[in-house]
Amino acid sequence: MKVTLKVWRQKNAKAAGAFKTYTSPELNPNMSFLEMLDVLNEELSNRGEEPIAFDHDCREGICGTCALVINGTPHGPQKGVTTCQTYMRSFKDGDQLVIEPWRAGPFPIIKDLVCDRKSFDRIQQAGGFITVRTGSAPDANSLPVPKEDSDLAMDAAQCIGCGACVAACKNASAMLFVAAKVSHLGLMPQGQPERYRRVKAMVEQMDTEGFGACTVTGSCEAVCPKQISLDFIARLNRDYAVSLLK
Amino acid sequence: MNLLLRLWRSSLGKKYVMALTGIALFGFVIGHLVGNLQVFGNPDLINTYAHFLKSKPGLIWGARIGLLLMVSLHFAAAVTLTLANRAARPIPYAGGSSPGSTWKSRHAMLSGLVILAFVVYHLLHYTALISGINGTGRDFSLLKTTLSGSNDVVPDVYAMMILGFKVWWVTAFYLIAQALLFLHLGHGLASMFQSLGLRNHTWWPRISAFARAASLVIFLGYASIPIAVLVGGMGSEYAQRALAQMSVKEAK
Repeated sequence: MKVTLKVWRQKNAKAAGAFKTYTSPELNPNMSFLEMLDVLNEELSNRGEEPIAFDHDCREGICGTCALVINGTPHGPQKGVTTCQTYMRSFKDGDQLVIEPWRAGPFPIIKDLVCDRKSFDRIQQAGGFITVRTGSAPDANSLPVPKEDSDLAMDAAQCIGCGACVAACKNASAMLFVAAKVSHLGLMPQGQPERYRRVKAMVEQMDTEGFGACTVTGSCEAVCPKQISLDFIARLNRDYAVSLLK
Repeated sequence: MNLLLRLWRSSLGKKYVMALTGIALFGFVIGHLVGNLQVFGNPDLINTYAHFLKSKPGLIWGARIGLLLMVSLHFAAAVTLTLANRAARPIPYAGGSSPGSTWKSRHAMLSGLVILAFVVYHLLHYTALISGINGTGRDFSLLKTTLSGSNDVVPDVYAMMILGFKVWWVTAFYLIAQALLFLHLGHGLASMFQSLGLRNHTWWPRISAFARAASLVIFLGYASIPIAVLVGGMGSEYAQRALAQMSVKEAK
């Protein structure tokens, strides 16, 4: 199969970007989306052209590094997967694919399809941790945790911080990311002492970074590769309201 | 004061303001609908009700000032949030955007602005009684009637509603605003629970069903009035008599 690619090319953070159209070489439908770009880049290199820069690391859907908007949908058409888990068999021979980076003010573009997601790191640093004495691991079950809570906490902890929620949201809101991080710690006993300080600090950092507000469109939930639920945003809203009263 | 300032400066805080003022405005929409539906009874019914409201200036001005405050806060929060939201994405997508979202959830600002424009028109039309904009060329403030069992001369709200909705474009604007209110509430009623954190996986389907049902009932309730007047011919004879009496007054 072959596809036509309309790819966002941008030399550096300061340069103005533009779309450039490429025709892919002959592809195997079982290639991953990133492998398809690898093959295209090889061809570009051979022709002496600058390869397309894109983010990738584990290529198995757990690191949250790959970040491409394919035809307007972050991580492409398949539900619950990252870009690296998207395969060319999801598309038809002859399709035109528009490939863009995550677009948000707090995610400035570094080059081509690579954006800078340090704003997420700063939100995490503001409070997305628990203060514990490090050392040997405590005895298992020394702190009883209800099964429902641990299940919910694990659902939230699945967030890999890729930023697809921001990329999909019409307001470039980071609420789903912050909600997941706040919830997975806030649901556990170890997270209780700093629960309200954490939510306040993380929300304030989120606002400072310039992410938009939630208008409950549900786009974030629709594209999240870990299918994190909007329920967690309600939990974030609840915890933040309590934190304001403390 | 510090708390209020912190609320206003935070994006989540502003969403709380949107939700809380939204609840108050939803309460008004229900109350106003119940009041208006009295038009389906005897003309005396709604005229007595209107007279009762007018005879309690404390109640009516309290409600008006409260509503103005709610609308102002709802509007100010919506505008400032929308501007911040737009600024958060300086370069739009070329390949489409907002996957998995509904039209009504993306266009609450648009529906809200049209509803606001309608409310301003509606107040000038039926509260301030500006005769130039009602499309009939007549002065509604001259429509008076006497309630049965008393000698009080009161505004004839019933005749005013019938004559007002006989104008096709008034009814058209009214129905457009109601359709947008239906979409606005279909999204907003559910979202206010989300913004206030009152949601989990058990309650969300119920909250969504409530939002759909309540917005539909409100739409059908409000839309039934101008349709009954314009299509069903409700109150035509009464309105003709009221107009005839009015002509006598205008001649004097």
